[in-house]
Amino acid sequence: MFSKRKFSIICLALALAMFAAGCKKKVPAPAPPPPPPPVVQPPPPAPVAPTVSQFTAEPSSIQRGQSSTLRWEVTGAVTSVSINQGVGTVQSTGNSRVSPSDSTTYTLTATGPGGSTTSSATVNVSAPPPPPPPPPPSNPPVSIDQRLGSDVQDAYFDYDKTDIRSDARDTLSKNAAALKAILSDFPNASIVIEGHCDERGSAEYNLGLGDRRASSAKEFLQGLGVPADRLKTISYGKERPQCTEQNESCWQKNRRVHFVAGQ
Amino acid sequence: MKKLICFAIGVSGTLCILLGQDAVINVSKEGGIPAIAIPDLRGAGDAQKFMAAFNETLSSDIKSSGRFKLVPKTSLPTFVPQQPSDFQQPAPPPAAAPLRGRKQPAQAVTPTNGGGRWMQDWSSPPAQANFLAFGYTAAQNGVLVLQGWLYNLAKDTPANAQLIGKRYLGTVDEAGARKLAHEFAADIISLFGGQSLFGSHIFFTSDRTGHKEIWMMDPDGKNQRQITRFNNISTYPTVSPDGSKIAFTSWVKGQPAIFIFSVDPVRDLRYYNQAASVNQAGSFTPDGKQIIYASSAGTGRCCRIFAANLDGTGFRPISSSSAIEVEPKVNPKTGTDIVFSSGRSGPQQVYRMSMDGSDLERLTPGIGEASNASWHPDGQHIAFAWTQGYSTGAFNIFTMNVATKEYVQLTHGDGKNENPSWAPDGVHIVFAKTRGNSSQIYTMLADGTQLQPLTTTGQNERPVWGK
Repeated sequence: MFSKRKFSIICLALALAMFAAGCKKKVPAPAPPPPPPPVVQPPPPAPVAPTVSQFTAEPSSIQRGQSSTLRWEVTGAVTSVSINQGVGTVQSTGNSRVSPSDSTTYTLTATGPGGSTTSSATVNVSAPPPPPPPPPPSNPPVSIDQRLGSDVQDAYFDYDKTDIRSDARDTLSKNAAALKAILSDFPNASIVIEGHCDERGSAEYNLGLGDRRASSAKEFLQGLGVPADRLKTISYGKERPQCTEQNESCWQKNRRVHFVAGQ
Repeated sequence: MKKLICFAIGVSGTLCILLGQDAVINVSKEGGIPAIAIPDLRGAGDAQKFMAAFNETLSSDIKSSGRFKLVPKTSLPTFVPQQPSDFQQPAPPPAAAPLRGRKQPAQAVTPTNGGGRWMQDWSSPPAQANFLAFGYTAAQNGVLVLQGWLYNLAKDTPANAQLIGKRYLGTVDEAGARKLAHEFAADIISLFGGQSLFGSHIFFTSDRTGHKEIWMMDPDGKNQRQITRFNNISTYPTVSPDGSKIAFTSWVKGQPAIFIFSVDPVRDLRYYNQAASVNQAGSFTPDGKQIIYASSAGTGRCCRIFAANLDGTGFRPISSSSAIEVEPKVNPKTGTDIVFSSGRSGPQQVYRMSMDGSDLERLTPGIGEASNASWHPDGQHIAFAWTQGYSTGAFNIFTMNVATKEYVQLTHGDGKNENPSWAPDGVHIVFAKTRGNSSQIYTMLADGTQLQPLTTTGQNERPVWGK
């Protein structure tokens, strides 16, 4: 702005000019012209409520779980705009994403000095169709036979014996854990413990040996918490050897309990 | 007549014969068994083409009865009589001619043998037979007829010599010819206190169809036919005393269970099993109304011995040990005691016990493993399989006097020899011999001689001999 000094000089100059004009000879002056009529100022216009030029829901129909977008535009003198149903105070122009669970009518209220205006937009919500099932997995689930084959091993016995020897103890202990998992994964399945013998004893007696081997194994597994009502036993004596060579290696392979899925 | 039973022990191989109470011929002890000459019989017209089968069957039945020595056909005279009128009496030597003048009449040559027309041709060397069987066949009005005779060559004339003179009838085909031979042989054998095996059957297990099934056949291995068709494991047959039913064990319904079938016609008689992991058929009682068997019922562990009716009702335990006790067999004579295999003293042995569970005794001395005990029809002897003297699993057939526990070994190595079963005649045993990977069924005499293979196809085992 002007400095104080400059301002004083301007005011002094103005005051001198006005004095000079007033100090002239007195001459009878003509009648002063009538002053222009006073300007009539129009009264200021009364204030108007705001205009909601747009309030839409896009799309207007959704399925439960989907969302819709509210768009609005409010013009005019606006002091506040709000939308109900939990949307709240908003700008004059804007949009908001909503996901009502049921059909809902949103009301926009625009308030200004001239009053308030409301507008509505409805989002229709319908129940969705049942979802499609998940597509089949690209790797098929492992069958109980595969699980038994990979996770549960044969346990072996001495000649003419049905007691669980130490290596069988280890095998059956590991089997117990696997069997519990399998029985849990296949709630309707049962497991059959087969008892077998080598070919040397008489077949009639071997039927008994095989039965006792299967029972011994079942009791051992029961003791480790495998549910007994899901375990069955069957003896094949020496009727189903898994090898036929006449040597101890094959004979030992046949003196076993073997686990299969029940029918 | 005193019953004599002895079993060959040493290398002499002499078979002592079990004489039935109704024996007609008292066999001379010094000579051993009688020699019988059986020349090949011939058939008239259409009958001739079946005579090879006829003669083979006749010789085979007579030979395998164990009661005769069959004279080799090469030692027989060339002329074969076909009927009694073919025989001639030897010509008497001519009377000495009176001496007249210087001319001596030429001495007539006296024939010393009739070439077969005289009875003594057959009883003298080289034949040296005690008995002669002869005859012929012919087809008459669509029927095959055998006229058969048996002569005692110790007698002086054919009229006095005749023991059998009989007509037999059959169909005009090979089967008919074999039947005639079987019947003729049966009559000859029973004359000497024996029992023909013709009409009896052997039941056994065969896997030749790809599954173990129950089969049956004639004692000479002919007419092998399948009984069960379960396409599973069906085995351990046992036969009722009258030969009309079999019991066996099958896995067809899951766990091994007992089935009872009639044989002719083949029909499931519906045995109701106890709920158990093992039910194994053992044998029928002599009255044919009950079976005894092994089961894991009650204890849940195989096995105790039970008895039940033929439909499975009325079951009750007989044995009470906690050991494995299997293959119980009822004494066919008394019906009051049983033999069975048990592990109660360690490796399996043969035990004897009364049907009420009392009087238990172990029959085998406790060496090796003993199994498959089978009663002789006399109710005093058993045959069984035993590994004594051999490695584990190397079974041989033995016989034993149950009262004295003296035993005789019948087979000596040459594979595993198991499941002996006595023929109704008490002279033959059928059993299974396993050589390498092949198991086949054989018959033999009670002294271990005359081994005869009956099967060749597939694995054949567990035979039992029924009436």
